[in-house]
Amino acid sequence: MTNATTLEAKTPKAIPHSSGKQVDEVTGSQAVLEAFIAEGVDTIFGYPGGAIMPIYDALYDYHDRLKHILVRHEQGGIHAAQGYARTSGRTGVVFATSGPGATNLVTGLADAMIDSTPLVCITGQVFAHLLGTDAFQETDVVNITTPVTKWNYQVTDATEIPSVLAKAFYIAGSGRPGPVLIDITKNAQLQKFAYQGYTPCKHIRSYRPKPIVRKEYVEEAAKLINAAEKPFILFGQGVILGKAEKEFKAFIEKTGIPSAWTVLGLSALPTDHPLNVGMLGMHGNYGPNVLTNECDVLIAIGMRFDDRVTGRLDKYAKQAKVIHLDIDPSEIDKNVKSTVPLWGDCKETLPMLTQLVEKKEHKEWLAKFNEYTRQEVEAVIHDELNPTSEILTMGEVIKTVNELTNGDAVIVTDVGQHQMVACRYAKFNQSKSNVTSGGLGTMGFALPAAIGAKFGAPERTVVAVIGDGGFQMTLQELGTIMQSEVNVKILILNNRFLGMVRQWQQLFHDKRYSFVDIQSPDFVMLAKSYGIAGKSIDQRTDLKTAVTEMINHNGSFLLEVMVGKENNVFPMVPQGCSVSEIRLK
Amino acid sequence: MSTKQEFTITVYTENQIGLLNRIAIMFSRRKINIESLNTSPSEVDSVHRFTIVINEFEEVVKKLVRQIEKQVEVLKAYYNTEDEIVWQEMALYKVPTDIIAEKVKVERLLHQYGARAVVIRKDYTVFETTGHREELEGLIKALEPYGLIEFVRSARIAIIKASKGFHEKLKEFEEHEPGEEVIENEFLDKQDEVFTM
Repeated sequence: MTNATTLEAKTPKAIPHSSGKQVDEVTGSQAVLEAFIAEGVDTIFGYPGGAIMPIYDALYDYHDRLKHILVRHEQGGIHAAQGYARTSGRTGVVFATSGPGATNLVTGLADAMIDSTPLVCITGQVFAHLLGTDAFQETDVVNITTPVTKWNYQVTDATEIPSVLAKAFYIAGSGRPGPVLIDITKNAQLQKFAYQGYTPCKHIRSYRPKPIVRKEYVEEAAKLINAAEKPFILFGQGVILGKAEKEFKAFIEKTGIPSAWTVLGLSALPTDHPLNVGMLGMHGNYGPNVLTNECDVLIAIGMRFDDRVTGRLDKYAKQAKVIHLDIDPSEIDKNVKSTVPLWGDCKETLPMLTQLVEKKEHKEWLAKFNEYTRQEVEAVIHDELNPTSEILTMGEVIKTVNELTNGDAVIVTDVGQHQMVACRYAKFNQSKSNVTSGGLGTMGFALPAAIGAKFGAPERTVVAVIGDGGFQMTLQELGTIMQSEVNVKILILNNRFLGMVRQWQQLFHDKRYSFVDIQSPDFVMLAKSYGIAGKSIDQRTDLKTAVTEMINHNGSFLLEVMVGKENNVFPMVPQGCSVSEIRLK
Repeated sequence: MSTKQEFTITVYTENQIGLLNRIAIMFSRRKINIESLNTSPSEVDSVHRFTIVINEFEEVVKKLVRQIEKQVEVLKAYYNTEDEIVWQEMALYKVPTDIIAEKVKVERLLHQYGARAVVIRKDYTVFETTGHREELEGLIKALEPYGLIEFVRSARIAIIKASKGFHEKLKEFEEHEPGEEVIENEFLDKQDEVFTM
C-alpha cells in the first residue's frame, strides 16, 4: 500500500480559479489563461490572428494578471520567449495564430530545441471540423513542428486543456528542457466546460526526465579524477539549466581542475575565476583547444560535444579517459565515446563527486594553460583589445562594455563574428548572463531575444550585441521596443559585411567575396523613427563616451559602432581539422 | 570494418496520435530507409508496439534507439539481430484459378511453401503464406510463370526471445498507472452544424 504522503505527492492538489471565486464553467480560452496563472507565468509574447481570437478575447479580462507583449512577427515572439527563459530560468510562453503565425515559429522552435530552452507555445488552429479541408490559414502545424519540439499536441476538445497544459509545462521545464507546442482548435477555445481547477503535472508514466544516478559510475569517475595528473573540465549549459552553478564551483575548487566552457556554458562560472581557462571550440581560446589533446582525463559536464567544439572527431582527445555527465542519456557516446557514462542531473551528481574526490591543486598543469594564454594574448588578444591602427575592433568595443558594466550586464548576441568576439571577451560575474543562439546559429535572434531577456531579468542591464546583417533580419522588433518601452541597449557592430562568411571566403575560397557585401540603412535614423535614441560612431575617441551614454540612457538606445571591414576572428580551428591544429592567424 | 546488417527495432509506446510520425521522421532525418514497419497493440492494454526493420551499422542503430527512447511517449526501445528474435511475415498471392486447377505442379508448389487458400473463386484464388522473407519471395518467383495477378506482403512482426523481464515490468507498470485513452477529432462530420468565421 502506498502511504498518504507519497499519494499526496503523486497527485498535486487542483489550483482553484484565479479570480478566487467558485467557477462552474469556463471556456477553453479561459482554461489556457488559468493554466498560465497557476504555472506562475507573468509574461506572454504573442501576436493575435483569426484562429486564436477567442484566447485573445479572454486575455482582455486577464490583463491585470498576465502581461502580454505584442511583438511584430511571431519569430520575434518566440525568440523573445527564449530570451526570457534564458535569463529568468523559467519557461517562456508564446501565442501565435494558425497558418503563417504558426509556421513563423518554426525557426524559434528549432533554436529552442537544439539549445534546450523551455518554451510553451500555444497556436490557434481552425475549427476541428475544418481540419484537412485547406481552410483559411490552416496548416498542419503539429506535423510541421514534430522534429523541432520536445513534445507537441493538438487539442480539439476544451475539456483536455487543463491536463494538456499541465503536461506541456512539465515536459518543457523538466529533465533536458525544450520547446512544447500545443495547437488548439478554435471550437475548443470557445467551448464551455465544467471547470475542476488546474492540477500541475508531476509525472508522466512514459517519460523519465532524469535517469537514475548509478553510484558505481560516480565512484569510478572519482577514482579516475583522483588519479589524474592532467584533468580538464568542459562545461556547458547543463550547469545553468540544472541550476548547479554552486555545486559546479565547489567541485572544481576542491579538485583544482582547469575548466573551459562551451558558448552556452558561458557565465555559469565567473569569467575571472582562476580555474576558468576560457572558451572551447572553433573560435575558442588557444590553451583549451590544444590541451584537449594533452589532458589525461576529460570531464564533460552538461555539454554535448558539438562539432564546433570538437573539430575532427577522430583526432579529438584520443589520449584521454572521458567522463561524461549529462541528464540526457542519448548524449552519452553520441559524439565522443565515454569511459564513464555518468548520466543524471548534475545538481545531484556533482555533489556526489565532490564528496569522493581529493582536494588537489594542479599548479603545473594550470600553468600550461596560462602559458598558452600568454601566447594567445601576444598573437591575438592584445591587438584586438588595444589596437594601434585607427580602425576600431569589435574586441575593444566589448572591452569597453565590460569596463562600464563591471561584468554585471546580460549580453545577448546574434550570430557571426561579433558573437564569437563577444563570447571571447565579455566578462560575466553571474550566471544566466549570456544569451545567444548557439546550436542553430540563428541570425536575427539577438534583438527579439534581448527584449525577452529584459523581461526575464528586469533589474539588469541588457546589451544586445548585433551585426549589421543579423540586425536587418528582425529589426521590425524595434516596434515592440517602442510600444512596450523595453529598456534594451542595442549595440550594432557594423563592418559592412556578412563578416563570418566573408572570413571563410577569404581563408578558404580565395577571397571570392560572393554576396557578403551587405548595405545597411541609416540605423540611427531608423531607431529615431521608432522613437529610440541612437548614435553612430567611428572614432576611438568617442567610444567610451558613446557606450556610457548608451548604458546610462533612460530607456532603450541604439549605438552603431563602425568597425574594421575585414577583421577576422582568431584563433580558429578550420573545419575538418583537429582542435590541436588551431590557428592563431 | 563493420558492415550494415538487418536490425529489428521494437518500440513500446503510448497509443497517441502523431507518434507514428514522430518515430518515422527519426529515420528519414538520417536518410535511413525503413524496410518494414508494423504497429500493433501489445500484450498490455494501452501499450502499443512498433516493429521496425532497417539495414544499418550497429553503432548507428544503437544511437538511434536511444533517441527514439527519449521521446516523451516512448516507454522502451530495443534493437535486435535476427538470431535474437522470432519473426514472421505474411503474404497474399492472387493467381488465376484455371491455371491452378489444370497444373498439378502448382498445387505441389503451394504445398511445398505451406500456402493456404483463403478464397477460391471461378476467376481467381488467393493464397496465403506466413514465414520468413526468403520463403515468401521464393513463392512469388515460383508463381510468376503461372500468371501471378497480385502480391502483397505484410510488415515483419517479431517477438524478442529474451523478453520475460521486460514483460513483467510492463504488466506491473500498466496495473500501477493505466494509460490514457486516445482522444480523436469528433467534429469532422459536423461541418454543416457549426457556424464558423
